Amino acid sequence: MAKVKGAIVVDTVKCKGCGVCVVACPTQVIDLAKEVNGKGYHYAYMENPDACTGCSSCSIVCPDGVITVYRVKVEN
Amino acid sequence: MDIKDIIKPENLVYKKTELMTDNVLSYCPGCGHGTAHRIAMEVIEEMGLTEDTIGVAPVGCSVLAYDFMNIDMQQASHGRAPAVATGIIRTWPDKIVFTYQGDGDLAAIGTAETIHACNRGENIVIIFVNNGIYGMTGGQMAPTTLPNMKSSTSPFGRDVETMGAPLKMTELVALLPGTNFVTRHAVHSPGHVRKAKKALRKAFQNVKDKKGTQLIEIVSNCNSGWKMTPVDSNEWMVENMFPFYPLGDIKVDGKIVKELH
Ligand SMILES: Cc1ncc(C[n+]2csc(CCOP(=O)(O)OP(=O)(O)O)c2C)c(N)n1
Ligand code: SF4
Ligand code: SF4
Ligand code: SF4
Repeated sequence: MAKVKGAIVVDTVKCKGCGVCVVACPTQVIDLAKEVNGKGYHYAYMENPDACTGCSSCSIVCPDGVITVYRVKVEN
Repeated sequence: MDIKDIIKPENLVYKKTELMTDNVLSYCPGCGHGTAHRIAMEVIEEMGLTEDTIGVAPVGCSVLAYDFMNIDMQQASHGRAPAVATGIIRTWPDKIVFTYQGDGDLAAIGTAETIHACNRGENIVIIFVNNGIYGMTGGQMAPTTLPNMKSSTSPFGRDVETMGAPLKMTELVALLPGTNFVTRHAVHSPGHVRKAKKALRKAFQNVKDKKGTQLIEIVSNCNSGWKMTPVDSNEWMVENMFPFYPLGDIKVDGKIVKELH
């Protein structure tokens, strides 16, 4: 059966650490980093990358448009 | 599977549209303005209207919308965006013209311009971002502020007896013959973003077909003005703003589709 695997890339320089993507992700992939970026924001990152399906929910709610999403079909 | 094998150009499914510039948005973290800008630009790009569209920016937090929207833009004085848009569409009737306005801009200082443009049925899209407050100037009470809602000029809450009841501009303009499509949406969750985008697509198609005024309200947050975290402000919006400003279509194809009260 084909399965989908996804991954996101967050522009950590521009991310404002608002957390809107964290609650939008249906599979709890995202968390905010303990570290901060140059503006002092706790940027978003994939805490649980294996659970990402590449559904784009996070990217379409990100007010700053800083999430890029990739998705691939895996045959197993 | 290694993440490196997923992050490849051929697997790309979503990236920011090029109709949004690379400038860092001037909005507070989590503010719905950014999402509202982006979906409007995505719709214009997807519909192939990039070269033909002219936007009018307001006064308010989104005063710099022209720095973020990578299309032809004009900036209007406070509340005058529908009047400026009228001038543009009458000069170039084949252009696609939209305004982008906050509630202070559209429902306070710009009430006359809004109502008369809608009444004349100007062939424009009005994107109305309602966060129930004057965000830019420090969270003062707006005509749209909810009953009992605290703001910097109603610190004990909006007292309807002395301050009047909130103005539902969207329901009001739906009653005018010039409006063709009037609808209310939100952009805080993926499902809401998709629906709002669909409504914007319909509105832009309608002005392409010269059907008259389209008003898309987006109920949004002002986490700074409301003094909440972005995520809390979205929850507060769902609990408090949506019962008063219910989401959904109000007028479709020139016909009122819901009971107005
Ligand atoms: C003629 C004039 N009057 C008043 C102001 C001050 N002013 C700037 S923005 C604003 C309100 C903006 O609120 P809103 O339209 O709700 O937008 P938001 O900032 O919440 O997005 C006011 C009153 C102004 N710039 N020009
Ligand atoms: S929604 Fe966007 S800006 Fe906000 S934390 Fe997530 S990636 Fe950062
Ligand atoms: S693409 Fe979907 S699954 Fe992956 S992080 Fe974003 S919301 Fe979560
Ligand atoms: S003040 Fe309010 S409306 Fe303005 S950018 Fe901040 S959160 Fe958004």
